[in-house]
Amino acid sequence: MSYRNDPYDPKQVALLDPAALDEAVADATKAFTAATDPDALTALRSVHLGDRSPVSLARREIGALPPAAKSDAGKRVNEARRAIETAYADRAEVVEREQAERMLVEERVDVTLPYARRPRGARHPLSTLMESISDLFVGMGYEVAEGPEVDLEWVNFDALNIPADHPARGLMDTFHIAPEGSGLVLRTHTSTVQTRTMLSRKPPIYVIVPGRVYRTDEIDATHSPVFHQAEGLVVDKGITMAHLRGTLDHFARAMFGPEAKTRWRPHYFPFTEPSAEFDVWFPEHRDGPQWVEWGGCGMVNPRVLRACGVDPEVYSGFAFGMGIDRTLMVRHGVSDIRHLFEGDVRFSRALGTGA
Amino acid sequence: MRVSVSWLREYVDLPADLPTGDVEQALVDLGIEVESVVDLRESVTGRLVVGEVREIEELTGFKKPIRFCRVDVGDANGTGEPQEIVCGARNFAVGDRVVVILPGGVLPGGFAIGARKTYGHHSAGMICSAKELGLGDDHSGIIVLPPDVAAKPGDDARPVVGLDDVVFELEITPDRGYALSLRGLARELSHAFDVPLRDPALAPAPAGTQTPAYPVEVRDTVGCDRFAARLVRGIDPNAPTPSWMAQRLVTAGIRSISLPVDITNYVMLELGQPMHAFDADRIVGPLVVRRAEAGEKLTTLDGVNRVLTADDMVICDAGLDNALAGEGAGVPISLAAVMGGETSEVVAGTTTVLFEAAHWDPAMVGRTARRHKLFSEAAKRWERGVDPAVALVALERAVRLLTEHGGGTPSAEILDIDHVRPRTPITLPADLPTRRVGVEYPPARVVALLERVGCTVAQGADRLSEDAGAVGVASGAGTALSVTPPTWRPDLTDPADLVEEVVRLDGYDRVPSVLPTAPPGRGLTPRQRRRRAVATALAERGYVEVLAHPFVSPELADLLGLPADDPRRPAVRLANPLSEKEPLLRTTLLGPLLGILKRNLGRGHRDLALYEIGAVFHPRVGAGSPPAMGVDRRPTDAEFAAADAVVPAQPVHVAVVLSGDLDPAGWWGAGRPAGWADAIEAARDVLAAAGIPDERVELRAAEYAPWHPGRCAELRVDDTVVGHAGELHPTVVAALELPRRTCAMELNLDALPPTPVTPAPTVSGFPPALIDVALVVDDSVPAEQVGRALEAGAGELLEDVRLFDVYSGEQLGEGRRSLAYKLTFRAPDRTLTVEEAVAARDAAVAVAAERFGATLRGA
Repeated sequence: MSYRNDPYDPKQVALLDPAALDEAVADATKAFTAATDPDALTALRSVHLGDRSPVSLARREIGALPPAAKSDAGKRVNEARRAIETAYADRAEVVEREQAERMLVEERVDVTLPYARRPRGARHPLSTLMESISDLFVGMGYEVAEGPEVDLEWVNFDALNIPADHPARGLMDTFHIAPEGSGLVLRTHTSTVQTRTMLSRKPPIYVIVPGRVYRTDEIDATHSPVFHQAEGLVVDKGITMAHLRGTLDHFARAMFGPEAKTRWRPHYFPFTEPSAEFDVWFPEHRDGPQWVEWGGCGMVNPRVLRACGVDPEVYSGFAFGMGIDRTLMVRHGVSDIRHLFEGDVRFSRALGTGA
Repeated sequence: MRVSVSWLREYVDLPADLPTGDVEQALVDLGIEVESVVDLRESVTGRLVVGEVREIEELTGFKKPIRFCRVDVGDANGTGEPQEIVCGARNFAVGDRVVVILPGGVLPGGFAIGARKTYGHHSAGMICSAKELGLGDDHSGIIVLPPDVAAKPGDDARPVVGLDDVVFELEITPDRGYALSLRGLARELSHAFDVPLRDPALAPAPAGTQTPAYPVEVRDTVGCDRFAARLVRGIDPNAPTPSWMAQRLVTAGIRSISLPVDITNYVMLELGQPMHAFDADRIVGPLVVRRAEAGEKLTTLDGVNRVLTADDMVICDAGLDNALAGEGAGVPISLAAVMGGETSEVVAGTTTVLFEAAHWDPAMVGRTARRHKLFSEAAKRWERGVDPAVALVALERAVRLLTEHGGGTPSAEILDIDHVRPRTPITLPADLPTRRVGVEYPPARVVALLERVGCTVAQGADRLSEDAGAVGVASGAGTALSVTPPTWRPDLTDPADLVEEVVRLDGYDRVPSVLPTAPPGRGLTPRQRRRRAVATALAERGYVEVLAHPFVSPELADLLGLPADDPRRPAVRLANPLSEKEPLLRTTLLGPLLGILKRNLGRGHRDLALYEIGAVFHPRVGAGSPPAMGVDRRPTDAEFAAADAVVPAQPVHVAVVLSGDLDPAGWWGAGRPAGWADAIEAARDVLAAAGIPDERVELRAAEYAPWHPGRCAELRVDDTVVGHAGELHPTVVAALELPRRTCAMELNLDALPPTPVTPAPTVSGFPPALIDVALVVDDSVPAEQVGRALEAGAGELLEDVRLFDVYSGEQLGEGRRSLAYKLTFRAPDRTLTVEEAVAARDAAVAVAAERFGATLRGA
């Protein structure tokens, strides 16, 4: 488009007057300031900076001026245009910011609305406890050994130096598998895995055995026919009771805190000799710091080693076992063992998260 | 075992002021569990004093005769004047010394004593009976102190009547029969406090005589390796048991019966030797000790008529004919070592007593006791081991007690048939205790400790001199000790047993704490890691883990609708279930798990997603019994494998059950009920967590109980069925009273192949080409198969196939449906052209068309 051929318009020429340009700037600034949302401001842009805006029209007039005046007028028009553009940009920034702020206010919600689209699941606390016990011993170089829950009487009793007529067998309250003479029982202790481990691998043996065991105990607050034990077995050269104590002390601290310690009482187990029951000092017990009965332990009876094919002249070993259910109950102040097996979701949800 | 400290003090010189707690701790430290401690000194509070009756005024006109007494209690009442007491008993006279509780005192049971007006007289305090003091059941009259008791009015009556005592209830481990006697406990305490012991079992006793006290024939000297007996004739059948003896029996929990019987029990408690008292006049002929014939009968003292087996030992009256057992075998009159018989027991008029002190095979007694469910005090001791050397001492003790308290004359003859074999010494390397315990025990210390428990210790063949420890055995680690345990310790058979005695007496608390160093481990096994991953995945998906008991009822298989030939029907059966209703072990996790679902519903939980990981049990049908294996050596691999083949298969399964909403309703909108697809998703999640790649998993529709036949998926991995998932059969839901549309999944984790090492995918940075296709197929064609066909046809450029819509409608025609898939194509090295993507799509569709007659919708 060429301005030169445009018809002369005195009014338009008047636009190049400095006062008129100042007025255009003032008008535009005023109008921009009045605009409060981005849409209104955008609409004002074409009014004050578009083709028909005063500054655009003024620029067209420049061509009609004598060459000497052109430079001066051009400078004035450009200054005015820049001033309006700056005013627009400044205002646009403000308006956009204000609108963003307004939106943030308008979009506010009640973030405390309860939101449970996907109810939380949970592990069973006995499972997580068994896993943390396993992890503790795996960290010490042990392996986690397993065995069947229904097992041979020979594995559960005979090999562990509990002959058929021994009173200790009577004390075990054993579930027998029908028919009579099946030679099978529900294992009464995880010590079955001692037998199986020694039969299946050669020393050195360092294993931890968490698992389910069974006794014919009627269900009440402290008894369950199904419960859980963790059993440790070490068979190596030069193993002593001191190693057993060191291991149990470490175990106790991991389960019951750095202040925990163990105390031994001589006891009788057919599969260990010497044998002891051990208590643990639990400073954070629900009823105040106290000794808690924890489990049984001892040096693997050489008769057991022999029955499982380990030379007792070369190797010695220790074994210990403790109730996982009892550990959980003491640690968490569970008063009734039935809670562990009833399967109420409230119980697992409360205790079954976190290790 | 319940014993009083005062009785123990007869044999061991415990310090006079020894606190009860110290005794308790000492017992615990020696391996004797203390179940309870009853301090009788605290059972009666206030002033309990000896009184002497000065005056008795008989009061008449009441329903029963009443006495108003003046009793001298010395200065105990503060005035020195006789105490005025009204008393209902009549078994005392002026001058008798009685036990008086003064006002302010409290008797056992919280019975407070005061001063009051009764029967028209002022009565201040009470004259006490044994029962009122908690000393027994005798309430026939008040306690009158025997003349030989040295006590004067006003003295504290507690020591006089035995209320100054402490009673321990002890739990004795199965290996230590000797600790079921005063003798054994006293020995243990003498170790603990290092005080002198007077072992009553080491008292002198006359030996057996040539002529037997009674003719006895022992036919089985394995079952009975010692039989001693002695007669006492002409006893006073009415002689009562002395009160101190009855008191000690009652404390021990044994009922007082008659003087001869009470004496046998008393001697058993004191020496640990169970005894039997026969009425010799009720036996016809000589006694025969033998095994019973199977089917022989005997009525024991408890009135039970018992059928015997060939393993039971019996004492028989050979004067009675027995067709079953043959000439001279006699008729059983006593179940040896366990319980006597009715026909020969001591009765009210018995004047001739035959005391028997024998020694029986512990294993035999144990079997007999278990077979007849007769866990008598005697059987308990036999099982745990009785000193075979104490029979004659026990006889002597019993005879003396009987003649002292019941008169009569003991026979000059003493029977002693002794086949007891002397104990063989145990060879103990002198350094074994140190090597096993980790405490440095000088050999002299080992010897000293073993001698304290009664062992005879020699070095090699030589008896050690007093200071032998210092000279002989201190020198080398290789020194061997020859240790002969005392007769009362049949539990000491192995070197390890001696090691325990050393560490036990030296103190378990001296064992230091040292961590052993294990060789490098291999961490968890893949199977263990997989189980954890599965458990975690389900918990993260919102499932709650539970642990159910595995016991189930025989009816469960019917309730679940299992077909007659279903492999889950044969179940492992318990011979002695806790509940007769649930004698089987689960063959599927679902039964117990659905039970837990119901329990939760009953407790008001509505929306439930539960899971369990655990073993199920499948019997080896027809496997028979395992072969017998000894313990003197390791079974061979073949022997053990044969035995192991009998053990039921116990695969670990995982199962979920679902009811109610899986996505709950809330302010955000409606909830979404759990459905068959969620159960299948759980199964897929498990397989993914187990590391099984999707392409190796195949789903097929299946009809499988207890699922809905139209809503059950069979999950296959590499063409092996590993489990099922879907909605439960409506009939099962109704039978088990579950919420409608309860869903479930169960997989056999042990059936899954090992987790493969997955090759890494090519992650291309080039843009994808997305093309949707809608395929119309017959609605019997499984969607999964269509998806697989597309994958097969699309070639390597295919990155993903996603079914995003399923549609059926009139314009498709009856029995047809449209499956809309979004196909994502991408090349590893370039941006795909439209032509390439379309060609790949066409290839994919072509395979679907070829396999299932799929047509492009709208094409």
